[in-house]
Formats: sequence, C-alpha cells, structure tokens
Amino acid sequence: MTRRTPRALVGGAPQETFTFRFDGREIPAAAGQTVAAALWGAGVLAWRTTRHGGEPRGAFCGIGQCFDCLVTVDGAPNRRACLVPARPGGLVTSQEGTGHDDLAV
Amino acid sequence: MPKRHSPDVVIIGAGVVGAACAYYAARSGLTVAVVDRGPVAGGTTGAGEGNLLVSDKEAGPELDLALLSTRLWRELSATLPPETEYEPKGGLVVAPDEPALRALRAFAEGQRAAGVTATEIPADRLADLEPHLAPGLAGGFHYLQDAQVQPAQAAARLLAASGAALHLGEEVTAILRDPASGAVRGVRTARRELLAPAVLNAAGTWGGEVARLAGVPLPVLPRRGFVLVTEPLPRIVRHKVYAADYIADVASGSAALQSSAVVEGTPGGPVLIGATRERVGFDRSLSTEALRRLAAQAAALFPVLADVQVLRAYHGFRPYLPDHLPAIGADPRVPGLHHACGHEGAGIGLAPATGALVAAALTGTAPPLDPAPFRPGRDFGPADTVPPQEQQS
Repeated sequence: MTRRTPRALVGGAPQETFTFRFDGREIPAAAGQTVAAALWGAGVLAWRTTRHGGEPRGAFCGIGQCFDCLVTVDGAPNRRACLVPARPGGLVTSQEGTGHDDLAV
Repeated sequence: MPKRHSPDVVIIGAGVVGAACAYYAARSGLTVAVVDRGPVAGGTTGAGEGNLLVSDKEAGPELDLALLSTRLWRELSATLPPETEYEPKGGLVVAPDEPALRALRAFAEGQRAAGVTATEIPADRLADLEPHLAPGLAGGFHYLQDAQVQPAQAAARLLAASGAALHLGEEVTAILRDPASGAVRGVRTARRELLAPAVLNAAGTWGGEVARLAGVPLPVLPRRGFVLVTEPLPRIVRHKVYAADYIADVASGSAALQSSAVVEGTPGGPVLIGATRERVGFDRSLSTEALRRLAAQAAALFPVLADVQVLRAYHGFRPYLPDHLPAIGADPRVPGLHHACGHEGAGIGLAPATGALVAAALTGTAPPLDPAPFRPGRDFGPADTVPPQEQQS
C-alpha cells in the first residue's frame, strides 16, 4: 500500500535524490528537503545536546521559531536544521552545547 | 504587623534606581510604595548591560558615588539571590596606540588618587587577561572594581527584598500638593490615591515629565544606545573590555552618533556588544548604521567575534542631564519632593549609593557622602543644542 504522504497525494516525485553525511552515516535526502526532515526520515530524532546538562534535542517547532534543532552544518554551528536545505555531499555533525567550545578561554 | 494605610514615601519608577531607593528606605525603617506605569525594569534598566563601572569615570563626584556603589553592590550580592548574576569580573580598558595609552595613564592617575585600583597592563601581557584580544594594541589598564549584574533581575530582587508595596501598570497622573503650603501629599493614579509625606521621582529618562507633574522643570533628556546580542558562547571574554575612546564618548554631550566597542560575556552565554550614544529624542527606530559600527568595532577588538552570529539587538534611552551628574535628593522648590534620576548610562552601577543618599535625605540622617554635587536645584548649565525631536516629551 502506498503511504499517504502530502507528496503522494499530489502525485509528486522528487527532482533529485542524494545523500549527505551525518556523524559518519549517509543520510538520503530529496531536493528541497530540510536537514531536519531528512534526519527524521532516517530515524534520527536528536542531533544536539543542551549547554546545561547535555540533554538531547532535535526538531521541536519545525518552523524556525524555537531554535531547538540547532546543528553544525559544514562546520558552522547553530544552524536551524528545520530551515537549512539538505545539500548533496553536505557534512552535518551533531552539536554539543554552544558548538563553539573551541573558543573557550 | 498591621498594614499601614499610607506609606512614608511613594517612589515613582520601578527601575533599578527606584528599587535601590525602596530597599535602602525600607532598611531605614520607612514604609514604601513603588508605582510604575509599566513593569519592573520596563524602561532603561531593562535595556542596559548591567555595568557597575568605576573605570569610565574621571575623578570627581560621580566617581565617588560609583566607588560607594561598588562597595554596596558587593554587600548586596551576599544577600540577593544568585539570579542577580553579580560578577566582580573587573574591567580592561585598551588603548589602540601610544597617545591613547598616555591619555589613559593620566586618567588612571587621577582615579587612583580617588581610590580606584587601576593596574597598567603592557601590550605583551594583554593576552594573559584576554586571549582573544586583537594583536597590535598599545596596552591597557585593568580595573579590579568593575563588575556586572543582570539589571532586570537586580531591580526585581531589590524590590522584593525591600518589601515595598508595588503598583505596576499604573501611571501617575498627578502629584498631589497641599494648596496652602505647596508640599506634596502623595500621588494619584488611574486606580488610586497614594497619600504620603514624601514622593520620590525615580522615573529615569522620564523624570522630567514627573517633575513637571509637581510643577518644576528638570532637564532630563534621552540619549539612545544600542546593544548587540550574540548567539550563546562559552566564556570567550573574561572582563568588561572596551576601547579607550569610550571614555571620551561617555563624557561628551554631542547629539551626533558616537560608538565605541564595549564587550562583555554573560553567564547566560551571549556576548553583549555596546555602546552607541546619540541624541535623537525617543526615536525607537532601528539604526543600521549604529549596529554596523558596533559590529565592526567589536570585531576589531575581538577578531573571533567576526565569525559568530548576532541574534538580536536592543536599545534604550539613557536619562541624560546636561552636566552629566544625576539629580539626587530633596527638591528645594517643592517640600516633600525628592529626585533620584538622570544617571545617564550608569544607573545600574550608581543605584545603591543613590538609594543610600535618598534614604539619608528622607530620614534626616547623615549621608554616606557629600550630596551637594547632585542637588536637584542646581544650575545644570547650558543644554547642548537640542535636536528638534527632543522638544516633544
């Protein structure tokens, strides 16, 4: 049975599919998909730990408002995974704390 | 304890100055009511960085007030809850070149005579204090007494500790005066009359309006300032760090936009970047030019900041009196009327000493330092050319 997805309902098909790397794994993604959507599609729900207490975090609001889904994309920390489009060959790494621990003095 | 119907003093303004005055008045045994048309710290207090600085003040009455405040903040930090975020972090003022360093040296010499601890840091030792500082600076001065608080928390915690009755969201519409003697009798808001033998104007930048309600002029003017807030970072800036030209900006009365980088970390993570000064009335529009200059100057001082994101900016209006000193104490023109406003950009730092002076004036006890330079009835000197926007309230 075909899954009832928004895309299936309108009979759409992705223009392009590709993979990006996340913490050493290949994550499949479709053109236009956000990093968060692709990670969710691959069963990854958490990609950041909080600054205080190291609690796991992933997407919460999904619309760019809550900043809970921060992740490091191509070396730049604190990108909102729910807004950043996945890119072929991109390098996404889970983020600890501020993502800037290397700057601490 | 039975609740008294009328307090000994009504304080107009729930910013940090009103809160500190409430605290010290209550500690002197007075019952206090605080009225504000907005929330606690809803004006300039909430728009500040929480600076407790002696480093930017030249020897004189304001520095004396700041030094007393520094001691009082240290005392308060032992009793106020940790949310106040009192950090005795010290300040570091850096000079870009030799002439600036010489000027800084002369400035520090005067401050030392007044009781400031200022240590010259040679260029090759700056990185020991601040590893991320840009190379090539001529040197700097380390000020041990500079500190920081979270200003909105500080105001709220001082108010809570004072036990004052709080009436928030109530604008004072009239200051009541005895028809025969002219003495104040209290205040009226839309919801109540608060009768008291003393009324304190702690309305900050809006202190001129409150004075006008009592029928007297007080030339408090707004001086706008922007602050940039970065994404949360680990501790990358240890002290309160600023460039020497900030001192000249603070002392200036010019209406034109001035900016000099003032950079500090916070316990919450974001780095705060100030400070601009401009006289544009109560214009709340965003100045991209001010933000651009702040960002560029901060990145010049700390190159590492060039690659971090700015999350937001905020701004506020410093309460500015033409001679750069606050108005503190009894108004000789209206019996029972007191003022504690016009602290410009130093209200958080100067709040406790202001509170102690006000409490002494209210109770007729000996003040902790000479209040004469701050007397509200003084000649404030000529106002600088006032931009047309400031002619409105």
